[in-house]
Amino acid sequence: MSENGALCGTYFLNGDEPCAEGAMSAGCRFFAGYPITPATEVAERMSERLPHVGGIYVQMEDEIASMNAILGASWAGMKSMTSTSGPGFSLMMENLGLGVMLETPCVVVNIQRAGPSTGLPTLTAQGDMMQARWGSHGSYEIIALVPSSPQEIFDLTIEAFNLSERYRVPVLVMSDEAVGHMSEKVVIPEIAPENLVTRPRPNDGREGYLPFKANDDLIPPMAIAGEGYRFHVTGLTHDERGYPVMTAEAQDKLVRRLVDKIRVHRNDIIKYEEIGVEDAEVIVCAYGISARIARLAVQQAREESVRVGLLRLITVWPFAEDRIRELAQQVKAFVVPEINYGQIVLEVERCAAGKARTLLVEHMGGSVHNPQTILDAIKKVAK
Amino acid sequence: MTSSTKVEEYITDSLLRQDRMPHIWCPGCGIGPAVGCFIRAIESSGLDQDKIALISGIGCTGRVAGYVKLDSFHTTHGRALPFAMGLGLGNPELNVVVFSGDGDLIAIGGNHLIHTARRNVDMTVICLNNFNYGMTGGQMGPTTPLNARSNTSPYGNIEYPFNVPYLVAASGATYVARWTMLHARQLEWSIAEALTKPGFSFIEVLGPCPTLYGRMNKMARGMDSLNYYKENSVVRNGADPKDVDLTSDGPIVVGKFVDIERPTFWEQCQLVIDRAQAKKD
Ligand code: SF4
Repeated sequence: MSENGALCGTYFLNGDEPCAEGAMSAGCRFFAGYPITPATEVAERMSERLPHVGGIYVQMEDEIASMNAILGASWAGMKSMTSTSGPGFSLMMENLGLGVMLETPCVVVNIQRAGPSTGLPTLTAQGDMMQARWGSHGSYEIIALVPSSPQEIFDLTIEAFNLSERYRVPVLVMSDEAVGHMSEKVVIPEIAPENLVTRPRPNDGREGYLPFKANDDLIPPMAIAGEGYRFHVTGLTHDERGYPVMTAEAQDKLVRRLVDKIRVHRNDIIKYEEIGVEDAEVIVCAYGISARIARLAVQQAREESVRVGLLRLITVWPFAEDRIRELAQQVKAFVVPEINYGQIVLEVERCAAGKARTLLVEHMGGSVHNPQTILDAIKKVAK
Repeated sequence: MTSSTKVEEYITDSLLRQDRMPHIWCPGCGIGPAVGCFIRAIESSGLDQDKIALISGIGCTGRVAGYVKLDSFHTTHGRALPFAMGLGLGNPELNVVVFSGDGDLIAIGGNHLIHTARRNVDMTVICLNNFNYGMTGGQMGPTTPLNARSNTSPYGNIEYPFNVPYLVAASGATYVARWTMLHARQLEWSIAEALTKPGFSFIEVLGPCPTLYGRMNKMARGMDSLNYYKENSVVRNGADPKDVDLTSDGPIVVGKFVDIERPTFWEQCQLVIDRAQAKKD
């Protein structure tokens, strides 16, 4: 075991397990969760691994409690995480909003399964993508990452902790059952401390400390409980002192900053992978497990001399808006395969703004796309 | 004004956020005096105030966190307990206090209440019970007495209320007490005792809501509720919690009902760490 508690080495793991290992490597020492298929293995692995480094696993009474417990732990200075799937994710929404409002670093993993409601508990889907963006009430911005392999779920879980600490916002890892339950080679390296981010801390004195006075980057340094700051935080609209202020002006100032602190940093946050986009006339825009299937279709289309490229979204929120706008000038069409009845395609269509056609390749969930359906869509729009 | 009153005012001031005054509570409300008892209890306990964290949910009592000069968290409706648990487990040096209302802790937060008590999580919970939802304008809840009127029980409440001390004691709380706002001294001592006792401590405080519950139930002035407490309260320390149900014709039994020892959740967590590390070595 390395310094930071990770089991460094090369392993054959299912996707949920390297998610837990990524959390361990990132320095997560508090996990609160509730069993739910297909995310249970994350919790199981955390319950086994955390005590080895003196960390705490708590099995909560429900996902509402899980979300609140990780917020509380974060305010005690811990890096904290929970994992769940659709029904539990729905239960977390109110207090995800509390996390946004209190600017609380933490990580929420959603191993997506098919819904609505209980749906297909053991089978995959990507139906929570818009819920990730808009699921809690009010106007806000969130960060959501989408891994497409067990290796990437390890890497992106660390990234999620780093982003949450950097921007003081809950970060979502939006995996899915197919990635969560596939077993592949995973390399767990030693993560150097300089590659781990910790939240900005106040360095001025305790007297007159303003818990929500942001730096120029729009992010306020964060005190933690027990250090003598005697701060107050509230889910109510508040001023820099953290005190409730029930006015439209205070609402404007606060919400604008909460949203803008993500928007102005979007180019530092957003990551994607591009394959063969330089000369492409058609772009397949995909994420998660669907991007892997899309890759097969893109290869096949290239062999058939169709000029097609792949834009694989790694960060799905904030959305890679600028890049889609650019590509829309260049290409005829975007093909968007996703395991839902059209979610991210709406964003692609919005950003393409009529400059390029957009075609959804839908799949209601329960399995992954047949690559042929994506290939057919590519050929259809390439004509 | 006697000199002791002056001292008390001074003490209370130092732990209140003066820059947030005036507070939102109505004249005659029981919440303010309960906060006074809490603050005096903190003083008399001698605890390091920088290490006390206060967490509230939503409601009139939920606003307590905003007025007390401690690290304080005003969370969502019903969720103060799991938030507080995460905070306390994140830093065991913290002395975690939840101060919230009956609707918040016992209705919407009821599931968390029984589970946090069951785990014997280190914290002190002060539950101000005024028999209704004040913030939203006087609706019935799980503590509203049978046949009492509220804005959502205009024909009289048909639901039997919880016996709150019995509920939390059965769930596993290691310290359970109930006082009314008339028992300010006992309440203060009780809070001080709970603050220094490991494990899950729960204090129910009956306090008037003259504006809503009182007005609808022939106790329109704060004094009416205090008279009701005075005429009906009996102190019965050590009473079996199952016998302390609040009924329309029975007494209000107050006192310390439970004060036992049981491993705390933090101690149990350390057991897991020891077991895991022994296995590894
Ligand atoms: S409505 Fe009732 S509980 Fe709320 S502040 Fe007024 S008297 Fe107190």
